[in-house]
Amino acid sequence: MRRFELVTPGSVDDCLSALKGRGVEVKVLAGGTDLIAQLKVGMLKVAAVVDLSGVAELRVLEGDARRGFRIGAAVTARTLERDAKLRAALPSLSESGALVGSIQIRNLATLGGNICNAAPSADMAPPLLALDAEAVIAGAGGRRRVPMASFFKGVRQTVLGPDELLVEFAVPATGPKSGGAYLRHTPRRELDIAVVGVASQVSLADGVCTKVRIALAAVAPVPVRATAAEQALEGQPLTSQAIARAADLAVEAARPISDQRGSAEFRRHLVRILTRRTLTIALERATA
Amino acid sequence: MAKQVLSFTVNGEPVEALVQPYVTLLDALREDLGLTGPKEGCGTGDCGACSVHLDGKLVASCLVLAMQARGRSVTTIEGLARGGALTPVQDAFVRHGVPQCGFCIPGVLMAAAALLAENAEPSEDDIRYAIAGNLCRCTGYTKMVEAISEAAGTARNRGSARGA
Repeated sequence: MRRFELVTPGSVDDCLSALKGRGVEVKVLAGGTDLIAQLKVGMLKVAAVVDLSGVAELRVLEGDARRGFRIGAAVTARTLERDAKLRAALPSLSESGALVGSIQIRNLATLGGNICNAAPSADMAPPLLALDAEAVIAGAGGRRRVPMASFFKGVRQTVLGPDELLVEFAVPATGPKSGGAYLRHTPRRELDIAVVGVASQVSLADGVCTKVRIALAAVAPVPVRATAAEQALEGQPLTSQAIARAADLAVEAARPISDQRGSAEFRRHLVRILTRRTLTIALERATA
Repeated sequence: MAKQVLSFTVNGEPVEALVQPYVTLLDALREDLGLTGPKEGCGTGDCGACSVHLDGKLVASCLVLAMQARGRSVTTIEGLARGGALTPVQDAFVRHGVPQCGFCIPGVLMAAAALLAENAEPSEDDIRYAIAGNLCRCTGYTKMVEAISEAAGTARNRGSARGA
């Protein structure tokens, strides 16, 4: 690996001081499963790395379905997978954590790292979009909140400024009759990257759908919501016909490319199938 | 660039080493501490040959900077057997003839140890899930699953024998 200086701050403020004025020559290290690999192959070249492992605040994990959750940027994928409260209240996010890498990777990889790496295929992004989560970002002027739906700016690009640090995610209360699910398609289960990923979250009252969110990964430069499909379902009973129609509409939100993982046509097919399946599972969970 | 002092616990013993800030935990273990059980297969976290326990959790040591282990506890394959006695899972690997070329085995055993520490009665699916991050290019997976399953049973039987 090329040489770099290592900074080991103990607080968010110390992190901000370490980042201040250094632009792209400094990178933040959370789990390292993307960053260290990128540094090794020379895809990234930096003068300094800021190691977040000493900043306890970034590992906050608190809340419940009634109040919503605070989930620190450095909470690991393995914690998302295993935490009993998260599994019960935010199953889509938990499922996305469980699909990343292998156990060796999930014990290192973080929620904030998956989001800031900003790959179009990031598994944890669709659940956060479907949950209407906000990113809490610390900077010189204090903290600002950015809805996840506007966090991504392009492939590997986010709204984060060079002097800013992603601190945590605020996930609003989902309510008593709400359910979610995340599914992705990969040729192999472990250590693979989503060909397409879909998260759905549905809320019910009196037999009709009061709110629904559908978010797609790996079908556009950034994770996207399928808003036409959402609008078609809101206020309706979630019959299998309504779900099938929404799955057709979700395809319109996808602007996939063809690459070594799949053709654009295959990806559109997957959006339809995975939207139908995640909506069906989310509905079951909302009524359970 | 100045080396930094890394103080941490390795296989139960307090250790100090001088390391460069850009060196991985895997390289520090192998090059500075002479612990060559953990191997570099891919160097990008895909193969599991470098697996160690960091504060009891299974990690790919090729993706951890050595200095990130400061103040923490690392266990390598060299620290699994205590007092010269193999653990039941190591013993089962020997008796089942699991190692072929052997390169992946230290990592697989660390994955198996992490599984058995959390789940004393793993199903075959649990075992396959637990070692899914470890590639064996001799493709000796079936014997691994059999040996880990038997070791879990051995540990259980010993436990119940003590209880009886």
